[in-house]
Amino acid sequence: MATSKDDIKFLSNPKIGQKRKKYCRFRRFGIKYIDYKDPSFLIQFVNEQGKILPRRITGNSLKYQRKVTVAIKRARHLSLMPYVTDLLK
Amino acid sequence: MKQLEVTFIVDPVLSGDEIQATAQTYVDLLKNNGCTIVHVDDMGLRTLAFPIRKRNSGVYFCIEFQTPTGSIIDNMELALRRDERIMRFLTVKLDKYGVKYNEDKRNGLIGKKSRRQDKKEAAPAVAAPVAPVAPAVEAPVVKAPLAEEEE
Repeated sequence: MATSKDDIKFLSNPKIGQKRKKYCRFRRFGIKYIDYKDPSFLIQFVNEQGKILPRRITGNSLKYQRKVTVAIKRARHLSLMPYVTDLLK
Repeated sequence: MKQLEVTFIVDPVLSGDEIQATAQTYVDLLKNNGCTIVHVDDMGLRTLAFPIRKRNSGVYFCIEFQTPTGSIIDNMELALRRDERIMRFLTVKLDKYGVKYNEDKRNGLIGKKSRRQDKKEAAPAVAAPVAPVAPAVEAPVVKAPLAEEEE
């Protein structure tokens, strides 16, 4: 590779405005089980009000989105995560 | 043999001995009914996300056990429901990934490193299988981050 992208000098950052492709982190990193006792992990999949984020935002595959949903609901039952709140993050 | 786990919240107003005794009651109950206790996890005192019975914190316990028939579950849940000291409980059947996850967690494979580090390590692991001939040197690199990433 004589001229990689790092060697070329751009006036502006060419990465600005590019959309990063979403991916399912469970498939990519081989996560098979989602623990409902780990609220610090599940907090990534809810918004500030504690609502579960849709797939089109998280990028999860359907299989793992279902598992995330179940895990969050279990965590809520055990009071590890709130049902409704404000300023969660 | 089914592997299950029951998580419950004990009232924090009780003294330390009473809390331990409460958890022990259910361990004994399961043992006496032919269950094998895999692990008892004392998750300690935690702040609740919302108040239950006007309490803002609770002591969490998680008992992982194997049962041959599963007939004990109804009795156990009935006992938990009648118990004044228990604020909330949840019984869950573990699939094979759940069993493995809990085992890894006990052995300290999960949650040691920060998530940021894990992702850095996991990135080459994904790229490795794409390479045409994966040399033997790369094999351990592939294995290790996969287990750690499972948080």
